[in-house]
Amino acid sequence: MYAFNYHRATSTADAAAKLGANSDAKLLAGGQTLLAAMKLRLANPSDLVDLAGIADLAGIRKEGNALVIGAMTRHAEVAESADVRASLPALARLAGGIGDRMVRNMGTLGGSIANNDPAADYPAAVVGLGATVHTNRRKIDGDAFFTGMYGTALDAGEIVTAVAFPLAKRAGYAKFPNPASRYALVGVFVSEGAGGVRVAVTGAGSCVFRVSAMEKALATQFTAASLSGITVASDELNSDMHASAEYRAHLIGVMAGRAVTDALTAR
Amino acid sequence: MVNVSLTVNGKAVSAAVETRTLLVELIRNELKLTGTHVGCDTAQCGACTIHLNGKAVKSCNLLAVQAQGAQVVTIEGVTPIDGLHPMQTAFRDHHGLQCGFCTPGMVMSAIDLARRHGSPSEEQVRAELDGNLCRCTGYHNIVKAVRAGAAAMKG
Repeated sequence: MYAFNYHRATSTADAAAKLGANSDAKLLAGGQTLLAAMKLRLANPSDLVDLAGIADLAGIRKEGNALVIGAMTRHAEVAESADVRASLPALARLAGGIGDRMVRNMGTLGGSIANNDPAADYPAAVVGLGATVHTNRRKIDGDAFFTGMYGTALDAGEIVTAVAFPLAKRAGYAKFPNPASRYALVGVFVSEGAGGVRVAVTGAGSCVFRVSAMEKALATQFTAASLSGITVASDELNSDMHASAEYRAHLIGVMAGRAVTDALTAR
Repeated sequence: MVNVSLTVNGKAVSAAVETRTLLVELIRNELKLTGTHVGCDTAQCGACTIHLNGKAVKSCNLLAVQAQGAQVVTIEGVTPIDGLHPMQTAFRDHHGLQCGFCTPGMVMSAIDLARRHGSPSEEQVRAELDGNLCRCTGYHNIVKAVRAGAAAMKG
């Protein structure tokens, strides 16, 4: 790891000022991805601005018809939150399946979506529920937040403060994890809510994406059987040592069916 | 260099470290508590697991400065001066280790999960130990040990 300057921010405004002071500065949330990348010298920030001391960035609250989860809320806290389990159980299950226990005790919602790893779980929930990303400057529609591989709509110096997940009539998530990394080879989040049916896929392409053919079929009848015969073209999908694009295309159908079953399973 | 002050195994400690110093490096190299191991150094194997403010975390994937003001407990902190923690006894009784390299991390994860689950099922133990790798035992005896250790902790 290369040397860097460390700053502990006391507020979001303080973090923004410290982040803006140097173009090579980066925010440190839970650090579970960033520190590993820095150890490999894949990331080389001049400054790290630690967000852990900003109390109002963490926490889960119900606001109208949405769950608003602070950017610094750890995955384990989302997974175990009574509020999330009661009102959006699929989101709690998704958070409980990220990495492993120790990673979940550190890793954060904001860090995950700001990094936008193509195989991360949270982007599927943000798009799959039609969530809204809150920053220190504005509110960004979840559909417009993820712009490509590791790319987001965040401007320089902009900080994710929370994500508002609208409650759904039903929602489910299924992923086929890489057996070593636990990242999603393919993960599919489905939901049926006020905004209609959503199907969001992570892990398969360069960035999370929706499958409109599946959404239409599920809007007619929300059962796994109604997905039969719907295929996703493999042209734009990832192909690597873990899985070919064709295999990932196949897995999208299988995981979508399991996600629908997950959404329909009473617990 | 920055000054880091924290509580380790109940004792207030403070050290001047580089900002890039990992928490596990502070624990092993500065504090000389070498029970916490570095296996992979890539946050996968869990040999470096410690408790940070009561929660199991991987100390190789954490900066020492992130633990400023925190309560840290290492394997030395759960081991009585004369004897073993019930979880350590369970690992010995059930042959939950062979070479022993992963054991400190296994025990720290096991104590954390036992505190949260009380009497964890086999399935829960296997899911919770996802982040602790053992290349000797094949895990079956570790799972038995964790369940027995959890029962012993409940007394």
